[in-house]
Amino acid sequence: MNSEVSQVLSKRNLDIVNASLKRRHAAESRFRLYGLLSIGAGILMLVILLGSIFGKGYRAFSQTYIGLDVHFDPAVIDPEGLRNPEALAGADYNALLKRSLGELFPEVTDRQEKRALNRLVSGGAAYSVRDEVLAHPELLGGTSRLWVSAGPDVDMLEKGYVDRDAAEAERIMKDRELGWVDKLKADGRLERRFNVKFFTAGDSRDPEQAGIWGALMGSLYTVLVTLVLSLPIGVAAAIYLEEFAPRNRWVDFIEVNINNLAAVPSIVFGLLGLAVFINFFGVPRSSPLVGGLVLTLMTLPVIIIAARSALKSVPPSIREAAMGIGASPMQTVFHHVVPLAMPGMLTGAIIGMSRALGESAPLLMIGMVAFIVDIPHSIFDPATVLPVQVYLWADSPERGFVERTSAAILVLLAFLILMNGTAVYLRRRFERRW
Amino acid sequence: MTKSTLFFVLVLLCLAAYRVGCHRSMQVASGNIRALHSLPGYYGFFTALWCCIPALILLGGWLAFEGSIITQMIVSGLPEDVRSQSPEQLGLILNDVRNLVAGKGASSQNLVLQQAAQDYIRLHALSDMLLGVLALSAAVIGGFVARQRIQVSLKARNHVEGALMIFLIACSMVAIFTTVGIVLSVLFESIRFFQLVPITEFLFGTDWSPQMAIRPDQVGSSGAFGAVPLFTGTLLISAIAMAVAVPVGLLSAIYMAEYASPQVRAFGKPLLEILAGVPTVVYGFFAALTVAPFVRDTAQSMGLDASSESALAAGLVMGVMIIPFVSSLADDFINAVPQSLRDGAYALGATQSETIRNVVIPAALPGIVGGILLAVSRAIGETMIVVMAAGLAANLTGNPLQAVTTVTTQIVTLLVGDQEFDSPKTLAAFALGLVLFLATLALNVLAMHIVRKYREQYE
Repeated sequence: MNSEVSQVLSKRNLDIVNASLKRRHAAESRFRLYGLLSIGAGILMLVILLGSIFGKGYRAFSQTYIGLDVHFDPAVIDPEGLRNPEALAGADYNALLKRSLGELFPEVTDRQEKRALNRLVSGGAAYSVRDEVLAHPELLGGTSRLWVSAGPDVDMLEKGYVDRDAAEAERIMKDRELGWVDKLKADGRLERRFNVKFFTAGDSRDPEQAGIWGALMGSLYTVLVTLVLSLPIGVAAAIYLEEFAPRNRWVDFIEVNINNLAAVPSIVFGLLGLAVFINFFGVPRSSPLVGGLVLTLMTLPVIIIAARSALKSVPPSIREAAMGIGASPMQTVFHHVVPLAMPGMLTGAIIGMSRALGESAPLLMIGMVAFIVDIPHSIFDPATVLPVQVYLWADSPERGFVERTSAAILVLLAFLILMNGTAVYLRRRFERRW
Repeated sequence: MTKSTLFFVLVLLCLAAYRVGCHRSMQVASGNIRALHSLPGYYGFFTALWCCIPALILLGGWLAFEGSIITQMIVSGLPEDVRSQSPEQLGLILNDVRNLVAGKGASSQNLVLQQAAQDYIRLHALSDMLLGVLALSAAVIGGFVARQRIQVSLKARNHVEGALMIFLIACSMVAIFTTVGIVLSVLFESIRFFQLVPITEFLFGTDWSPQMAIRPDQVGSSGAFGAVPLFTGTLLISAIAMAVAVPVGLLSAIYMAEYASPQVRAFGKPLLEILAGVPTVVYGFFAALTVAPFVRDTAQSMGLDASSESALAAGLVMGVMIIPFVSSLADDFINAVPQSLRDGAYALGATQSETIRNVVIPAALPGIVGGILLAVSRAIGETMIVVMAAGLAANLTGNPLQAVTTVTTQIVTLLVGDQEFDSPKTLAAFALGLVLFLATLALNVLAMHIVRKYREQYE
């Protein structure tokens, strides 16, 4: 009787379990699918992000040039015939360009049309003519073909951003302008070349004249200041906290501080930099020095935490052996523990620097958003950095800046990949298993 | 002598002092190195420290006070009628003097200014010379005193290690100074702001238009500093971000930790972590140029009215940015759950997903909650995405398709560009900074407390 009941019950249990098994297995595979889907979603977003930026940016690495036969008329360039560099530098080179364009299209006489014609070449093209003359004064009086950068509209047309089939009123380029461009092209006077200027020039209001060299140098100086300050301070702090600090409330307080600073929004560090470094200590605004100081405070927690875990991974036997043969605690740490922890510390430092390189929010607070054309030459010159340059260009209305912004992002990402790749390599190459 | 040459000479002096110290120690030990308490190098360091520390302290103090003292002297040298002007006017005059010294700007015809500029140059030269003489003599005297103190029994190593220890402690204090600096810098400006705008109006007012009248009779210029629209905007965008990041981050962490084969893990984890390494300005650009138009067009095709800078676009992109942050923290905590708990559940006949949902997640929950709180604090403090994609309109709305503004956006817009340091507009940025700092501080402390408490459970 009893066994019968239990048999029935257990049979029923088994049935219940069996009946629900299908549902449970379905739930199992659904759950797995959700996991896979969310990983896929994350990776898909990464692909879309990088793909859209690359798709927008790769065309900025080339630039349309127009070949013009420029007659270096001494009457325009150097009417006094003195050949002194100041007079040469101040001459009206635009007039020369206008004249050669006019010779190419003699049928254009109307003032307004002429202005449109002159817009085919970049507003900064005169400077490259000037540089050419200054570099080769013997050109004076002769005629030679110069390749100058095309204006923004021609560049956009060449890169396929202008729809030729659209109604004329909706196009940025009118039919007659398209005709000029086609004629130039047929004459072999229109070419797309590698955009050297993008890598060698400073910022500019004209997209075809703007480059990232200034921002790159600004980033270099800023990150150098950050590295020089944050690496020794961070490593020293980590050594003290990990190797020497007594366990008491004071040290606990320091640790809570470090952990909290690691999670403070970066813009708050910008406020600190503005109030303390600029207004209180009078560090020059917009300089890589003040940027580096702010980023130092921001990256210190990262470096301290990485250095501490590197020190922690050195086994106690090393310390005991050093102590055993009579080294002082300080000698133990500096002669034995720190050299072994160095690869880990450097990896942490590189990751900290790559964060500093990509950071922009606090730098907006301390004036590194100014429009700066000159290339900075020291840590006291006003400068901007690569991410802030991206921010500035992203705000510019000109169509040409969209691709340049994306290209600047690509350069920034290349540097970040390089730095993180180095960190991964260091970790793989020097990581020791104890 | 300029300061950089002075610094260079000091470095050379220190190197010389090191040599002198080493040499002297061998001399007092008459060549018998075992008679010395420390290795000769420590005597060298000892001498070098004595040589450079007094000189460096002097140099630092001089640099800190030189500017203000010279300015004082210039001001007191100006004629009475110039000196009696308001501090702002005086500041402008001093700026003119500095420009004149630097050779910038139009060479002023003003004789008073030219006289002052000459004074300035003269005083600077005098100060540099004085500093050079004093610092170098301090270095030489310090080095000499140290050299005289070297004896066989001098515990040079202990002295050097003591100095090094002071340096280490000072470096670890930088974290405290930074926190104190943050608190003081936002607190003082905020207090000045709250003297102009009552704190209740700031915290509970619903109207935000941070303009101040230049003239009292100006139209539409009465500034309003009610920050509620900023708070709601921040919360709205953060909520959208968390709605994206928490499910995706958590589920991918669970898959990585429980299901994925080592190959998938080795491939997928670094890929997801690339998302964390992309600079925020790149996300901002992506949000403003790709996602925001997409959101607007999609909403319009569905017959909804969307603004071109919607909270949804900024929130979505911010969520993508936070995914790796949530997933790596959750991964840590899921891995910390002991295998024995899982084995127990399997033994009772639970499937893997039932084990995860009913055993692993509850066990890891405190840690995951802590991680999510940290992620919220990051979302609140995130700046570039919202600056570039969320817009400036202070709308008090819960509609994610409208433009909202956030605390961080307003800090940036108030502080970028020309600023006068006394206007409520500038000070308001610091008050917002204070709110932001306190909010993230509270979240961080709470999260760290939860995480720490939880970590102890299984260790």
